[in-house]
Amino acid sequence: MASLVGSRVERKEDKRFLTGKGRYTADINLANQTYAIFVRSPHARASIKKINIDKALKSSGVVSIFTGKEIADDKIGGLIAGWAIRSEDGTEMKCPGNPPLAKDNVNFVGDPVAVVIAESLAEAKDAAEKVEVDYKVLKAVTSTADAMNGDTIHEGIDKNLCFDWLLGDRQKVKEAFDKADKVISIDIINNRLIPNAMEPRACVADYNAASEEITLYTTSQNPHLSRLIMSAFGNVAPEHKLRVVAPDVGGGFGSKINVYNEDIVCSWAVKKINRAIKWVAERSESFLTDIHGRDHVTHAELAVTKDGKFLGFKNETIANLGAYARVFGTVTPTYLFGPCATGVYEIPAAYTNVKAVYTNTAPVDAYRGAGRPEATYTIERLVEKASMELGIDKTELRIKNFPTAFPFKQTLVHTVDSGDYVAGMEKAKQMADYKGFEARRKESEAKGKLRGIGVTSYFEACGIAPSAAVMSLGCGVGLWESAEVRFNPTGQVTVYTGSHSHGQSHQTTFAQIAADELGVPIENIDIVHGDTDKGTFGMGTYGSRSLAVGGIAIVNACKKIVEKGKRVTAKMLEANPEDVEFKDGEFIVSKSNKKKTIGEVAFACYLPGVRDEMKSPLPEGDEPGLKETSFYDPSNFSFPAGTHIAEVEIDPETGHVKLEKYTACDDFGRIINPMVVEGQVHGGLAQGIGQALYENAEYDETGQLMTGSYMDYTMPRADNFPEFNIGYTCTHATTNPLGVKGCGEAGAIAAPPTVMNAVIDALGGQEVTMPATAEKVWKACKNLKKSNAKAA
Amino acid sequence: MIKSWWVKILIKGEIMGKISLEVNGRKVEKEASDNTLLSTFLREHLQLTGTHIGCDTSQCGACVVHVDGNSLKSCTALAADVNGSKVTTIEGLETNGKMHPMQEAFKKLHGLQCGFCTPGMVMSAVDLLQKNKKPSDTEIRDWLEGNICRCTGYQNIVAAVKEAATKM
Repeated sequence: MASLVGSRVERKEDKRFLTGKGRYTADINLANQTYAIFVRSPHARASIKKINIDKALKSSGVVSIFTGKEIADDKIGGLIAGWAIRSEDGTEMKCPGNPPLAKDNVNFVGDPVAVVIAESLAEAKDAAEKVEVDYKVLKAVTSTADAMNGDTIHEGIDKNLCFDWLLGDRQKVKEAFDKADKVISIDIINNRLIPNAMEPRACVADYNAASEEITLYTTSQNPHLSRLIMSAFGNVAPEHKLRVVAPDVGGGFGSKINVYNEDIVCSWAVKKINRAIKWVAERSESFLTDIHGRDHVTHAELAVTKDGKFLGFKNETIANLGAYARVFGTVTPTYLFGPCATGVYEIPAAYTNVKAVYTNTAPVDAYRGAGRPEATYTIERLVEKASMELGIDKTELRIKNFPTAFPFKQTLVHTVDSGDYVAGMEKAKQMADYKGFEARRKESEAKGKLRGIGVTSYFEACGIAPSAAVMSLGCGVGLWESAEVRFNPTGQVTVYTGSHSHGQSHQTTFAQIAADELGVPIENIDIVHGDTDKGTFGMGTYGSRSLAVGGIAIVNACKKIVEKGKRVTAKMLEANPEDVEFKDGEFIVSKSNKKKTIGEVAFACYLPGVRDEMKSPLPEGDEPGLKETSFYDPSNFSFPAGTHIAEVEIDPETGHVKLEKYTACDDFGRIINPMVVEGQVHGGLAQGIGQALYENAEYDETGQLMTGSYMDYTMPRADNFPEFNIGYTCTHATTNPLGVKGCGEAGAIAAPPTVMNAVIDALGGQEVTMPATAEKVWKACKNLKKSNAKAA
Repeated sequence: MIKSWWVKILIKGEIMGKISLEVNGRKVEKEASDNTLLSTFLREHLQLTGTHIGCDTSQCGACVVHVDGNSLKSCTALAADVNGSKVTTIEGLETNGKMHPMQEAFKKLHGLQCGFCTPGMVMSAVDLLQKNKKPSDTEIRDWLEGNICRCTGYQNIVAAVKEAATKM
């Protein structure tokens, strides 16, 4: 039987999406349901003096209205930070309470203060407008760089500082810098982004008063984790009385990891009114209240010798957490950022210092790449600058500092098990025709255009993560993953996974893995996820972990099935279990060549007996049925890596940047489905290029979001991109049985510095902040003209 | 009941009316208020939830359907505006249970991931090929400018449209 792993298998999930049969949360309607509208703060920072709901209660069709008071009276807990980070001085991070409905203070535009529940959506909207909230408006803190000098947002949190964290050794770094021939320094703004999954968030809550069970349908990347948080911290219901279902989910990119206010409020209110409640975000609500990403202000320095050896690195960053610390809010700028700060280079001494600050803006949390794009942007912009200042070719300078042997013990935390960075660089250069660039630059010049080339070599730590390691660093949970493989008596297989697919293609790729392991046709394998009532507890999908952690759990559960199958076959065929081999769906006794198919074995496990004989196919100690579970805890992170090369052409008359060529050469380890991986790379690149050239979330000084719709926030469109040139080098991960590394975030990590390095190269080394809009680039072109004229 | 009807007309300016359409080859007639968007009518009144709502400014294109053969963002039209028209939604693109060549091409070339923008993207692409049988890459990318996809980076969508052009 041909192996499916490694093949371009078309997706099992596609037909329902292509024929309008997907079932997203907003498509769910329950009998006798009501509609919820949230009353949100129009102010970035204010105290709530009074809320008057009298008029609203009299509005047509209103069922109920709740405010922060009722939810506090019921002792419903708020939203939480999932990682406890300790400051350099040993003190614990400082987190404010984040109630599901604000009671005393609001801290960003969109912070919910009340929920109106009515018979129809229109009536709920009408009534929401009649809720009178008397605010005392306070001065907002919105700037990342100045947040520590602003008014104190949360009582008792001085300088708005959540933590002041250090990873690395300041003294060693100082010594390294003392020895340097040259210090390259850079100031960087990693612009704030809004994830913008195309499906706006939504939830539908249902309640069965007889069984006292709440069911919440919600747009989540991790329904089990949501249930745990809502139960343990939200106090909504005990876990066995709360079912969380994340049906088809229209993209997440990190923005649907969080349990949100609306999830908690609707699950709590549904019990009060004893009728189903439906809430669907409008896009403008998504802009205001979905978690945002990035938003760092960084000063970094690289100490080098004159022949280009890196000696030391330091990174001083202020990270904006927004108004509250959320699930991955505190780990994103620390353990997902700092350990990757030195990139793919051997740098003997390094430190990263992060000051995480609160501001009156939407909470910032994990967005595709989470911490690693920020880290990669910093080091790769520095290295590119070093290449310019040292006059060493940008690819040669990188190669000179690549590790030569694996495992590669990184400066700060990680031991990278496998990779071949030089091979990746060489292949990328070939794919991009790096040699031919100067000729292309001249051609562009002849047309009056500026052409630039940019390179990035990156690695990332993903496949998160070994539980003991992350919990020692402050994570509130272990990051293992579960799988359950269940045979039906007639031989089809259902695989339950704790991870969740919202575009990642698990229904196909996980089935490919199980098909190979079990020798069962892929048509007979179903993958089930997204429902806490189906399958075992699991941790969900983020951090490129689904395959590298969840996929391995499936492999391990399948291996247990095969082990049991061998024992049963041995009993049925009167052989020694050690003599039974399994291949392509058949158990074969090597000595006699007698065999049983896995279907026959499954059947026998469920119907363990024969007419007229007292005989069981089950060996002593084995129970009937064929179902196995695995909880897989990885031994290490996985480390995808690669080199990307971009070429841009700039029209100095307009400042327009045209991305001419984009080459990505990645090492994801073993590839399960090349078609799916290609799609993941394309999508990641589009988001990364979006950050570099188009996207920017902007607040004004009063805390109003200036980019709150698709009219103002530039989403990349089809005509913004060239055809991407994608290639791979494959070194198998040595830390898991599939040899896989993960591919979901690579594009978003590597693309911003690659594109910006190209833009800045075209601009003769002039710094431009992301996004490199026509306006900024046009100004830089004018400066360039002036300085060229001076030089002449 | 009568009172609330008057409230709707007099206070909210809502007037109920009969909407008659031919949707996916089937004649439908439903009462709806005059401010009902076509997208709402399809999703809420006819339970055709394949047409998606991804924004509130008519930018994302997840709601594209065909009205009398032309693609239209169904969130930009009132159901009453298109009264009497023939509407095709993503649910009506198959023939006798066989997917349309555009749907087949999206599947074959991985032109979708989370599936949310897909119905609008497919309906828009089908209309492109009605109007331009052999579009270039640039023409495809320009045409799809009104459909936002966050997952695919568009490359496989463009490839799928080209593939479908060879089959239609």
